[in-house]
Amino acid sequence: MQFRINETKGIYLFGGFMKRLTTLLSALVAMMSTNVFAEYGLNMTEGVTSISRDIYDLHMMVFWISVLVAVVVFGAMFYSVFAHRKSKGAVAAQFHESTKAEIIWTIIPVIILVGMAVPASKVLIDLEDTTKAEMTVKVTGHQWKWQYDYPKEGISFISNMAQSSKDATTGTDADREAVGHYLLEVDNHLVLPVDTSVRFLITSNDVIHSWWVPEFGVKQDANPGFINDAWAKVDEIGTYRGQCAELCGKDHGFMPVVVDVVSKADYAEWVAEKQAAAAAEAENATKTWSKADLMAKGKTVYDTSCAGCHKADGSGMPPIFPAMKDSPVANGPAADHMNIVINGKGGMPLFKMLGDSDLAAVITYERNAFGNTGSVVQPSDVKSAR
Amino acid sequence: MTTATASHDDHHGPEKGLMRWVKTTNHKDIGSLYLWFAFTMLLVGGAFAMGIRAELLQPGMQLMEPQFFNQLTTMHGLIMVFGAIMPAFVGLGNWLIPMMIGAPDMALPRMNNWSFWILPFAGAILLSTFFMEGGAPAFGWTFYAPLSTTFAPDSTDFFIFAVHLLGFSSIMGAINIIATVLNMRAPEMKLMDMPLFVWTWLITSFLLIGAMPVLAGAVTMMLTDRNFGTAFFDATGGGDPVLFQHIFWFFGHPEVYIMILPAFGVVSHIIPTFARKPLFGYSSMVYATASIAFLSYIVWAHHMFLTGMPVAAELYFMYATMLIAVPTGVKVFNWIATMWRGSMTFETPMLWAVSFVFLFTIGGFSGLMLGIVPADIQYHDTYFVVAHFHYVLVTGALWAIIAATFYWLPKWTGRMYNETLGKVHFWWAVISVNVLFFPQHFLGLAGMPRRIPDYSLQFADFNLISSLGGFAFGASFILLTYIVIDCVRNGKPCGSRPWESAKGLEWTLEPKAQYHSFNTPPSRALIEAESQNS
Repeated sequence: MQFRINETKGIYLFGGFMKRLTTLLSALVAMMSTNVFAEYGLNMTEGVTSISRDIYDLHMMVFWISVLVAVVVFGAMFYSVFAHRKSKGAVAAQFHESTKAEIIWTIIPVIILVGMAVPASKVLIDLEDTTKAEMTVKVTGHQWKWQYDYPKEGISFISNMAQSSKDATTGTDADREAVGHYLLEVDNHLVLPVDTSVRFLITSNDVIHSWWVPEFGVKQDANPGFINDAWAKVDEIGTYRGQCAELCGKDHGFMPVVVDVVSKADYAEWVAEKQAAAAAEAENATKTWSKADLMAKGKTVYDTSCAGCHKADGSGMPPIFPAMKDSPVANGPAADHMNIVINGKGGMPLFKMLGDSDLAAVITYERNAFGNTGSVVQPSDVKSAR
Repeated sequence: MTTATASHDDHHGPEKGLMRWVKTTNHKDIGSLYLWFAFTMLLVGGAFAMGIRAELLQPGMQLMEPQFFNQLTTMHGLIMVFGAIMPAFVGLGNWLIPMMIGAPDMALPRMNNWSFWILPFAGAILLSTFFMEGGAPAFGWTFYAPLSTTFAPDSTDFFIFAVHLLGFSSIMGAINIIATVLNMRAPEMKLMDMPLFVWTWLITSFLLIGAMPVLAGAVTMMLTDRNFGTAFFDATGGGDPVLFQHIFWFFGHPEVYIMILPAFGVVSHIIPTFARKPLFGYSSMVYATASIAFLSYIVWAHHMFLTGMPVAAELYFMYATMLIAVPTGVKVFNWIATMWRGSMTFETPMLWAVSFVFLFTIGGFSGLMLGIVPADIQYHDTYFVVAHFHYVLVTGALWAIIAATFYWLPKWTGRMYNETLGKVHFWWAVISVNVLFFPQHFLGLAGMPRRIPDYSLQFADFNLISSLGGFAFGASFILLTYIVIDCVRNGKPCGSRPWESAKGLEWTLEPKAQYHSFNTPPSRALIEAESQNS
């Protein structure tokens, strides 16, 4: 029997509550005879790195030791519960002390624990050693998205949960099955080469997040102001999905991690493509844009980065997340507006990781959409405001 | 002399009306107040849990905004830990400790009154944050900075004040119990004559006195970070957000044992009674409790294996954590050895106690698994952790509180509860609680993070099962409420020792323990006859 997370084949059927309930009950019956269990994702993934397999082995070892101990201990208990009953005429013995017994059941657990601690220590020391890395990716957590930087390659991008998942979160008739990887899809995948030892430098820009890809055996807190590291050498091409694991505020449940592991050739091609795109973006940042272009681009950026709190129609969720419509900031001086977006303020996260043209576009959009009457902001204004 | 004492009692019976409860300094009254308060908070925290499970019944956001979901998980945790479990054990301690050690009352009765009456106000302040601008705290019951400082709603300052008040109350309660046990104990009672519930509470009190001020320090630093420009937990000012976690868990881990040690004590009374056999290994139970308490102070960072600690620290905290399994194991083995070759019957308290041993031990196994650092990388912050701590806190701590309620209810009321209903309620609760929490192990292993208001589709089925179990478990408390009220009002009068082989000084009192008990200390002969260490 193979235990694997499988999203598409799961027995989950979209539909009304009662329909699901009936399906579920019949599935439970089916479990008795078939290996439907495998489709449920009952157990930890073995994953695709040496670390994740070591972790899986440790997990299974400790699990089976626990089962064994449980069988002995609960076996004794339930035997006693059934055999030593007053209703069966049991007469209570009066023994109540045995130094020998106490010593035995102190020593035996200690031996078992040492047996677990030795392999656990070996794996731990190995997985904390990131010195053999061939390349580095910096992972930065933001409320509520991930930023990936390839310092050597000069690539940097933001990874948001896909719009298709966002749209499907509300509404009882939303077809979440059709969305594909509901809540586990992003607009920009992290791309890594196969069979390459990658060091992740993990940090945060606001609160604590935790970057987790179960199949890599990597989960590491992203602490603001500090950099943690982890490593993975993936040996199977594929797409791997994870989520933020540390409560980071309102949309903690909506910042997935998606990693494409590709062949080394495909990776080189992807890097070249991304570098070309970065050069084009640099050009964008120097030209002067028309208001219409800024508004169009700004709407895209707004819907991705701002609408989660300030809402697509600019109504916000006062008093925590102020409305954009008629906002004194959006209708006031551009300098103050840029400052808040770039550097954040209180609960408002900073957005300085966005490019000059994206920032100019979104600020222009905020100042002119929803009936606002603010000025137009150009990328050059943003650049000088940084 | 005896007649004089009796008439003396008559003059000092309880006052009538509401003022009896406001002004009372009687340990029995205050114990009842604590227990009713804890039960109310249990229902409030339970209602929040129902909201959480309702939202998680199906994929998609159905009932609430994500921010409100976070408020619910936060308040559920805070209310259950600080409002339900801890006050319930203080209530049990108040009711039982003086009777068990042959003392007339607590050593500091006026402080006792105060430490109770702080609670409703602290609870009200905490709950009032729901109605404030920006909503209630939404950063989890562990309130990690900077989510709880820079990024928190304004109501957080009220939360901090409430935590300070709760801490006040706990520390005073602990001082009172230490003073009572050490100074008010019957002169003929040696420490090693004390019942285990008293021992576990004495040790718990020292944990409280050590841990609660650390919590107070943590929230005070939060307060100054938020309002007075300090940067203890803010990296931009030279602080460290992980420092918060160290301080929090230096409180938080002893807190775990604060909630479970008295439960160990309760179970150590119930199992011998219904096995009709003396407790096995009395002194090893005492030493194991003390060892667990000591270890609880030196394992805090096992909650923080993913924060980026050095390997050496991770190794140390892993080894120290695994060590806790040893004294905990000793306790479990002792309970089973107590049952072994006994003559057992399974009245309601025994059902709760035996299922405590079984289910708490399952929580112990998952705790051991969590202690293995590499494996914790996959378990950490998933539903596996949620399942683990609910097995130790619900089927551990709460189970013991319910067991204790059924066991001592006859002594508190002079009446017997309805045994049939008690058993029905037990089976209802024990089945539903496993339907509720067992699937969460699978969810966690399959990769579902905790504290998320919505989940991807492969988690749908187990969440549905878990929610249905949750609703059934929640509903079981309606029956529990009925059973308790029915017992108080209409229960059949019982004898002074309703359980035939129960041991302990409390069973030598009248069927309903008199308002003032042990005005004269019990004799050595009586203490020896009622001792668990015989």
